[in-house]
Amino acid sequence: MNDHEEFDDIPGTTVFTTKRSRQGFQLNQFCMSLMKPENRERFRGDERTYLDEWSMTEAQKQAVLARDYNAAIAEGGNIYFLAKIFATDGQSFQQAAASMTGMTSDEYAQMMLSGGRSPEGQRSIKEGR
Amino acid sequence: MARITAGVATSHVPAIGAALDLGKSGSDYWQPLFDGYDWSKEWIAKEKPDVVVLIYNDHASAFSLAVLPTFAIGCAERYAIADEGFGPRPVPEVIGHADLACHITENLILDEFDMTIINEMSVDHGLTVPLSLMFGQPEAWPVKVVPIAVNVVEYPQPTGNRCFELGKALRKAIRSYDEDLNVQVWGTGGMSHQLQGPRAGLINSEFDHEFFDQLVLDPDTLKKVPHIEYLREAGSEGIEMIMWLIMRGALGKKVKELYRFYHVPASNTAVGHLILKPTK
Ligand SMILES: [Fe+2]
Repeated sequence: MNDHEEFDDIPGTTVFTTKRSRQGFQLNQFCMSLMKPENRERFRGDERTYLDEWSMTEAQKQAVLARDYNAAIAEGGNIYFLAKIFATDGQSFQQAAASMTGMTSDEYAQMMLSGGRSPEGQRSIKEGR
Repeated sequence: MARITAGVATSHVPAIGAALDLGKSGSDYWQPLFDGYDWSKEWIAKEKPDVVVLIYNDHASAFSLAVLPTFAIGCAERYAIADEGFGPRPVPEVIGHADLACHITENLILDEFDMTIINEMSVDHGLTVPLSLMFGQPEAWPVKVVPIAVNVVEYPQPTGNRCFELGKALRKAIRSYDEDLNVQVWGTGGMSHQLQGPRAGLINSEFDHEFFDQLVLDPDTLKKVPHIEYLREAGSEGIEMIMWLIMRGALGKKVKELYRFYHVPASNTAVGHLILKPTK
């Protein structure tokens, strides 16, 4: 099954396809487990032990431990699921989004206040628009 | 018979709920956003709808990847507030209209829209933030809600055309309900935003304004916009806007625009809000 070349043409974006959903199933189900306060507490207490209860790949576990959300997405994570991790950390959606852009939280917040990231040059790599 | 008296579209950004719940709605950052809903709050207090058919998407709260329905309808008597990782929002539980929901479900399925039937679920910010924006912070929500959940999380989301057609079927279903009810249909989510990857923070106000105009005047063109266009132009999460097409389909051919509001930013997102009235 092709995984949609046209999506790879969008800069800095990973589309959560059915194939990625398969790849990230365990990672995303782990994220959802953090909707229970007792699970959040156990995860905070010993992250590695908690992660080892899930049949996730080592790369997925490392991405979670490092809070590297770009890496987590590359391993099949979906942002709405990953949101349970940064909610557990007490981090806002804006801080988490900023962490994926290479900007500081302040720079990113300032960009949003100034109207957000312009779509110019961000639509297509091939067409350079 | 039940009447569809208005359509409401609004973004449902989680940070808006958090701002309200934490008492920050009067801050310099949030005040302009909440001011944009003052007119709507006064309007809806006069309109007094009995039921809102509320089209929204679940954000990995009720539906895990174990089962992910494309279109689902809530037939329950009540819906608990989801814990999205920081405890449930301190808002009243959502009361359903089970009888109307069952009627809609039967009609939609016999009309060949194969809805997934939900008899128990919790609802997340996608459903509660629109209620907060329109009603503020009451002791109990002044309307009953029939939730319709749409998969916008995993590609492929339903097409714009399918959403619009579902709205049309919803119109028939609601209007054939045998009790005099004042029903509003709400479409939520959007507008342009991207929450992931190096392109996070994308906002396309030109696209958003054209979307507003076409939704009101020319939904037959708008419904043909393909997924890739939303993804490129409105950001990976901007595709939530297809849910507004369901609301628009439920209002019939012609509508009158009563109110429009647009604001950037709320967290990572462009906030859009419309109130439409069906005309004969
Ligand atoms: Fe959403």
